[in-house]
Amino acid sequence: MSLDKETIKELRKLKEKHPMPEQDPRERIKNFDEVPFGYDQETAVKEAMRCLQCKDAKCVEGCPVEVDIPGFIKLIQEEKFDEGIKKLKEKNNLPAVCGRVCPQESQCESFCVRGKKGQPVAIGRLERFLADYELAKGVEKPEKPAPSGKRVAVVGSGPAGLTAAGDLARMGHEVVLYEAFHATGGVLRYGIPEFRLPKEKILQREVDYIASLGVDIRTNVVIGKTITVDELFDEEGFHAVFIGTGAGLPQFLGIPGENCNGVYSANEFLTRTNLMKAYKFPEWDTPIKLAKKVAVVGAGNVAMDSARTALRLGAEEVHIVYRRSDKEMPARAEEIEHAKEEGVIFNLLTNPVKIIADENGWVKGMECIKMELGEPDESGRARPVPIKGSEFIFDVGTVVIAIGNSPNPLIPQTTSGLELGKKGTIKADSDGATTRKGIFAGGDIVTGAATVILAMGAGKVAARAIDRYLSTL
Amino acid sequence: MFKIVTKKVLSEVNKLMEIEAPLVARKAQPGQFIILRVRENGERIPLTIADSDKEKGTITIIFQEVGKTTKELGTLEVGEYLSDFVGPLGRPMELPTAPGRVVAVGGGVGIAPIYPKVKAFHDAGMEVVSIIGARTADLLILEDEMRAVSKELHICTDDGTKGHHGFVSDILQKMLDDKSQKIDEIIAVGPLPMMRVIANQTRPYGVKTLVSLNPIMVDGTGMCGCCRVSVGGETKFSCVDGPVFDAHEVDFDELTRRSRTYLDEEKIALEKFEHDCRCGGGK
Ligand SMILES: Cc1cc2nc3c(=O)[nH]c(=O)nc-3n(C[C@H](O)[C@H](O)[C@H](O)COP(=O)(O)OP(=O)(O)OC[C@H]3O[C@@H](n4cnc5c(N)ncnc54)[C@H](O)[C@@H]3O)c2cc1C
Ligand code: SF4
Ligand code: FES
Repeated sequence: MSLDKETIKELRKLKEKHPMPEQDPRERIKNFDEVPFGYDQETAVKEAMRCLQCKDAKCVEGCPVEVDIPGFIKLIQEEKFDEGIKKLKEKNNLPAVCGRVCPQESQCESFCVRGKKGQPVAIGRLERFLADYELAKGVEKPEKPAPSGKRVAVVGSGPAGLTAAGDLARMGHEVVLYEAFHATGGVLRYGIPEFRLPKEKILQREVDYIASLGVDIRTNVVIGKTITVDELFDEEGFHAVFIGTGAGLPQFLGIPGENCNGVYSANEFLTRTNLMKAYKFPEWDTPIKLAKKVAVVGAGNVAMDSARTALRLGAEEVHIVYRRSDKEMPARAEEIEHAKEEGVIFNLLTNPVKIIADENGWVKGMECIKMELGEPDESGRARPVPIKGSEFIFDVGTVVIAIGNSPNPLIPQTTSGLELGKKGTIKADSDGATTRKGIFAGGDIVTGAATVILAMGAGKVAARAIDRYLSTL
Repeated sequence: MFKIVTKKVLSEVNKLMEIEAPLVARKAQPGQFIILRVRENGERIPLTIADSDKEKGTITIIFQEVGKTTKELGTLEVGEYLSDFVGPLGRPMELPTAPGRVVAVGGGVGIAPIYPKVKAFHDAGMEVVSIIGARTADLLILEDEMRAVSKELHICTDDGTKGHHGFVSDILQKMLDDKSQKIDEIIAVGPLPMMRVIANQTRPYGVKTLVSLNPIMVDGTGMCGCCRVSVGGETKFSCVDGPVFDAHEVDFDELTRRSRTYLDEEKIALEKFEHDCRCGGGK
């Protein structure tokens, strides 16, 4: 396919992104299949033509791992897809994942000059296109570098750990990746649902790629319990350790009734569904139990994922309950959009105060209070304040608490010499070096719950720092 | 993959297995548990570590076949593999520092998990008086093992087929009332109703009483909150804060309700399993 000059000229003026075909909302709430189908080659090339190939490309500034965005888009324009994916992978080990879950609207795309008048170039969709193109064709395995003779243990197989492990292996180090669960991927596996990030088709293949770089993956090992960090050094003979254990500890509201039957943390709700495949019960053994009416508390990605999962598990009515207004909702724009299309009902400026149980201990309602926005708080967002006397009862039968996660204290508790931040995060400098020599950390365990790409970026930076550190030994 | 190296049938529904898991064996301490999955689409279930052997690199588990997963586990033979086995999880049991007298109560499914605790008390030089009970004599397990680590062993059955005809609490009551024998600590493991009865029974006597809880779990590392239990008015995660807690502080009503969350689903899973077995389509 080659486009004539006239068409290209038109495309350069086209104000809107090429839409990405997706499953009809009425259909998709009945299945767990991926919602958007992705661009075909023709659409991708056309969309790529919307890129002006800026000299001083602002989009790159918005990318936490500094992908050469105009570079890979140019290669799509020229239909050199194989070279395009190589260019992308210079900076991003997991493009098929990032193309699907990055909040592009607040990163690269928010900087794109095309966004000033109309919509920005659909950078995320183009990234996904190249990654899927490569996966469909079969991923090329990079050459094995000469072994450095140094051994690094990577703890946690989320995006931070996977990235660090992959990069370190490419530098010639022997890498063992430890994961507490029986499956790799971290939040990508247990948190983000199948309909947003297919597990076998996408995630597993990205993990296989990391393994093909020579990373030795060992699941079912809880560092701090099965092996301590000290033992990794003293008994297992590692020269450095990278900690990428994420923010896996669920926060609860601390209101009465939270331990009733039918109240789930989002972590439990999503883990049962995604990791344990409760949506396939009884073919898969792990069950999940849902009432017809479900309330999800919170408005981040985790909340949207929980709400959309609840619909697919058969809930008839799903409510988001959020104490601030729509402007403050932290979820990706696309997730909120998708949730709305699918019929999730948004109850903003509403805060739960009590969960009410029936005589058998099952949730039968949730008492909420209406809020209004007051002065900005520490986060700079307007502080929600309760409106006196506005309490009302929501007659829901299932409540999912998705108000955030904090770092798991297991490793900090069992490892000496690690200085911690206020919320139990591990302190690390801009290179990922912690306060203990030879131990590096990155991702949600350092930043608190953040994003996939920031975790990957941290894994990348730490891998370089570890490489430098190893050369001093 | 984790190999089954020994299998013993202790009673019609109780089985013992030794599993090859050298990393877990190196670390296992009394009071801790493991989580296993029989196969790829199986459920993750917690089981107490009954014993461990660092040299052989094995962990012993003892389980009563109560639901789908334990029944399926029971069908596996020596040389076969479990797809996942992770641990040791939970806090090790704290042993009293001063020598003293401990009463250990194990009922039904609780006999297996009480055994490693009794052994630990015994090895630490404590005097342990044990009471084990079951519905009927055939379900009593580990009698010899328990006897070997206990100063006295009392047996009871609900139907009177062996030992005292009645409940473990009857025997415990006599001990509580016997002022000549001081009890420093009581530890009870068994079905929730039994643990609740014992907690209520010992409370007025002010004797420190511990229970080892076995709530529904998923990850076992503190990331889901499924195992939460109210202890002294605070929410605790059994998998990381427990599984051993002060019996007088545990909210047994809440725990009992939570343990019933999936009764219907457990039944469906079991029926499906038994049906598949009969049709030869199992495994
Ligand atoms: C439901 C949900 C949806 C999200 N959606 C998005 C999105 O759309 N876009 C986006 O950018 N971000 C999203 N996020 C956030 C993003 O997923 C995280 O910021 C990111 O995964 C953090 O990566 P990580 O590698 O630091 O940790 P994690 O992904 O949390 O991985 C940590 C891993 O370490 C393992 N581990 C923990 N402790 C131990 C131990 N002691 N020993 C061994 N292993 C251990 C864990 O089991 C886990 O596998 C979402 C998060 C959730 C929960
Ligand atoms: S800012 Fe937009 S138009 Fe410019 S190079 Fe980046 S993607 Fe292309
Ligand atoms: S089992 Fe998930 S937190 Fe305890």
